[in-house]
Amino acid sequence: MKTVIIDYGAGNVKSLQFALERLGVAALLTKVPEEILAADKIIFPGQGEAKSAMTKLKENELDLLLKDLKQPVLGICLGMQLFCSHSQEGDTEGLGIVSSEVVRFPLTVKVPQMGWNLVQHNQDGLFDGISKESYMYLVHSYYVPLINETIARSEYSTLYSVAIQKNNYYGVQFHPEKSGKPGSRLLENFLKL
Amino acid sequence: MLTKRIIPCLDIKDGRTVKGINFVNLRDAGDPVELATRYTQEGADELVFLDISATEQKRKTLAALVLRVAKALDIPFTVGGGISSVSDARLLLLNGADKVSINSAAVKRPELINELAAAFGNQCVVVAVDAKQIEGEWIVHLVGGKVPTKIDLFDWVKEVEMRGAGEILFTSMDHDGTKNGFANEALAKISNSINIPIIASGGAGEIQHFIDTFTEGKADAALAASVFHFGEISIPALKNQLIKEKIAIRPA
Repeated sequence: MKTVIIDYGAGNVKSLQFALERLGVAALLTKVPEEILAADKIIFPGQGEAKSAMTKLKENELDLLLKDLKQPVLGICLGMQLFCSHSQEGDTEGLGIVSSEVVRFPLTVKVPQMGWNLVQHNQDGLFDGISKESYMYLVHSYYVPLINETIARSEYSTLYSVAIQKNNYYGVQFHPEKSGKPGSRLLENFLKL
Repeated sequence: MLTKRIIPCLDIKDGRTVKGINFVNLRDAGDPVELATRYTQEGADELVFLDISATEQKRKTLAALVLRVAKALDIPFTVGGGISSVSDARLLLLNGADKVSINSAAVKRPELINELAAAFGNQCVVVAVDAKQIEGEWIVHLVGGKVPTKIDLFDWVKEVEMRGAGEILFTSMDHDGTKNGFANEALAKISNSINIPIIASGGAGEIQHFIDTFTEGKADAALAASVFHFGEISIPALKNQLIKEKIAIRPA
C-alpha cells in the first residue's frame, strides 16, 4: 500500500510522518501528480494561513487534481478547511469539495483555540474503536460550522465541525499526529479504509 | 469544552536534562526523550524543552534532540532557549517542534515576533515573559530574570499579542522557586487584557496552586518543573484532583 503526504510547503509535516512511521507506514512526501494519483491513501496536511496555502496549491497545479481524487483523502487542520468552498481567512476561495464557509471564532473566546477539546463523533469508519467522546489536540482560529457532512463535533463558543466526510474525502480539524492514542488510532483507521 | 493544559518543563543542557530528576524506573534520568515519554504516558498535555546550554555546538545538538523527541512523542511540544532569528526557529520546527518560544530576543528586537508569525503562523510562536515587581510595578526582565528593563509587563503582553504571538508564557520571578503558588493576580490581569492563551509559570508547590491558577489566575495552562521531576506531584493525581474541583481537564 502506498501512502503519500501532499507536499506544498504548508508547515511542518515531520510529526505526521513520524506518527505514520510508528504505525509502520513510510509515507512519501510529494507534489508530483503521478505519484499522488498512484497512491492508495492521500494525506493533505495544512498549517498556517488559508490564502497563501491555496496560492501554493495553485502554483504547484495541485488544486484541480485534489478535487478529483478517487482514493481516500484525509485533510488535516487547514487541509480540512480548504476542502470547503470559501474561508473568511484572507477571503479565500477553497477547493469546494464541501459546500461550506469557514468562519473565525468570535472575540468572546481566546483565539487561537489551543489545546485538547472533547470530540464527539457518530461514525465507525474513521473513528472505529475511538470512544464516542475523546480528547483531541486542536490549534486553530477558523472553524467549519455544523454541516450535513459533519461526522464529529466539538464546542468552542459554539458547536462546530471537527471532522467531516464527503464520499472519499475525510477532514479532521484536530491533529491526529499530536492527539495521543485516539489520534494514532484515527490515522490507523484511515490507512485501513 | 477546551481543557486546561498541564505542561512539564524540561531544562536541557548539551542535549541532556539538568536539575535533579528523582524518578525510579528510568534507565537514564538524563535522557530528555525517556523523561518526556514518561510524562506523556502519565497524561501531560504538552511539554516544553528549554535549552540552557551556551556552547557553539548548541544548535546542532538541540536540533538533533528535537528530532528524537518528535519521533517518540505523540503530544505537542515547544522548544525554547537562545532563538533569535527566523532561521534558528526554522531549524527546530523542521525537525519536528510544534512551537518555538522566544524571550530576551523578542524584547531586544520585537519585530522578531512579527517575522516568526509571518513565516510559520501565530500558532507556532510562544513569547515567554519573565517579570517581577519593583516598587509595586511589574517590570519585564531579561536573561532568565536577571536584568531589569524599563518595560511594563501589561504593556508588553499587549504588544506581544499585537505583533502576532499565538501564546504567552508568563513567569513571575517573585514566585519562581518559592513553591508558594503562581502569581494569580498578575495572571488574571493579563488574561483579561489579551485574547490569546496564557501559560502560568513559577511557584507551583502543591495541587491547590494549580486549582488557584486556573480559577483565580484565569490561566489557560500551567507549567512546572521541579514538582514533577522530584515526584512531589504526580500528573495523574493532579489531574484527578482538578477534575474533582470541576476544572476542565483531559483525564490522565
